[in-house]
Amino acid sequence: MDTSQTNVIDPKVDKSSNDVAVSVSNLSKNYGEVEALRDMSLEFPRGQLTSLLGPSGCGKTTLLKIIAGLLEPSSGTVRVNGKAVAGPGPDRAFVFQDFALMPWASVIKNVSFGLEMRGVAKNERDEIAANYIAEVGLQGFENSFPHELSGGMRQRVGLARALAVDADVLLMDEPFSAVDEQTRRKFQEDLLELVDSKNKTFIFVTHSIEEAVYVSDQIAILLPRPSRVSEIIRPSNFKEKGADAIRRDSEYLDIVDDIWASLRNYVE
Amino acid sequence: MKNRALLLKFLSALALCIAWEVAGRIPVSYAFPTFLESMGALINMTLDGTLMSAYGETLRPLIIGIVISAIFGVAVGIWVGLSEFFDWLFSPIFIVMQAAPLAALIPLLVLAYGIGLTSKVIVVCIMAMPVIVLNTSGAVKNTPKSLKEMGTSFLASKFEVILRIVIPAASPVIFAGLRLGVSAGFIGAILAELKITPTGVGDIITYSRSIADYASMYAAIFSIIVLSVIFLNLLDKLETVLFRGNQRGYISD
Repeated sequence: MDTSQTNVIDPKVDKSSNDVAVSVSNLSKNYGEVEALRDMSLEFPRGQLTSLLGPSGCGKTTLLKIIAGLLEPSSGTVRVNGKAVAGPGPDRAFVFQDFALMPWASVIKNVSFGLEMRGVAKNERDEIAANYIAEVGLQGFENSFPHELSGGMRQRVGLARALAVDADVLLMDEPFSAVDEQTRRKFQEDLLELVDSKNKTFIFVTHSIEEAVYVSDQIAILLPRPSRVSEIIRPSNFKEKGADAIRRDSEYLDIVDDIWASLRNYVE
Repeated sequence: MKNRALLLKFLSALALCIAWEVAGRIPVSYAFPTFLESMGALINMTLDGTLMSAYGETLRPLIIGIVISAIFGVAVGIWVGLSEFFDWLFSPIFIVMQAAPLAALIPLLVLAYGIGLTSKVIVVCIMAMPVIVLNTSGAVKNTPKSLKEMGTSFLASKFEVILRIVIPAASPVIFAGLRLGVSAGFIGAILAELKITPTGVGDIITYSRSIADYASMYAAIFSIIVLSVIFLNLLDKLETVLFRGNQRGYISD
């Protein structure tokens, strides 16, 4: 009942195949006069982590929220597993920059919220939620309230909530920007492991170049006014070297430098 | 910790009673009885049943008015908070209601609705409703955007977002509004009895003053204050039962 349960729901996806989980085509978004996105097209390979990286105002969060179905594009389509997106769906789960935890609800109630909205019975959703709370390392805090947790622990709750609904695609909006540096490093290492162990597609918004290069299989560099994809980088060699070696790898350092060289002109 | 809070509350009440007693003994005014005299009158009125029957009269418009104000006030407040259109439509009415000098309007109400229960209920509502509506709508408008997005992205329907996220998130401020509304409603109920027809506790106050029985007058006033304090404490308990985590503060950092 426990772990086999989640495996049954989990779609068996061949990680090595390079098919596309999410594709964005000719997406535009206008806020009145302001053009936030113009004719953007981008593909997100299944089972991999793609970062959206760019200076502030480049529309990376807008793009993520359109993929999530939280915002309507002015034109263009988003397809998840081949199906056009017309709002939030069970195939996507969101991790918020400010955690977005309900302060009046305990950790387990927060984590099981998505399951509850999907109509999962109480016993079952508590069991699933408890498993994911343990998986993110918060065992024993099930009945704590968000204000009793540190920033890092709060985001672990947010992550457990997103994992609990077992969506194919995880959308992460600068998830580590509100936690301290040391916690952030730990999170990045954990994220690598998560991408490795789950057959999920991650779309990860960040403004940290190092973070993007460290965690990503593919980095989409977005440039502002109007927002467009300027470059797609696929780091290839250092992923296998293990979490500890990456930060000293020469390819890693070169890519960080290259990205900074191309972005520096756009930073005010 | 809890005992200490209780002790402090008790000490503060005691200090007030002593100050009252001292002020009555000086005396600050010929028309100001001592604490002990007032308590004596209170006990007398309780024993001979005057107080009971008076509250039978007073509580009717008070409770009807407060229940109407709470239900409609919160409902309208949520509605106004969710829709800009209704904000424009309704907010001015309640702002005017809140600012209106009610005592001056009472003759108009009596003209329109007579001197019966209706007028008194309306007075209670005019006192209690605006603050409830305005607090509720303000709190609903300020629901953190990311919490609502969280609800939507985890497949909550619009109705579920309101029920499961907007209302709980707004609840501390809604309850603050209810507390203010309830105390205003108590003032309204007494005001109605003083200005429309002297019944219930208002009658005790008016009558005792006219025969210079100031001890009874202050006893009546004291009893209404005690009642409203008890009522507010019950409201606090209700909030704790409904929204436990909120009591310990918001995540603001």
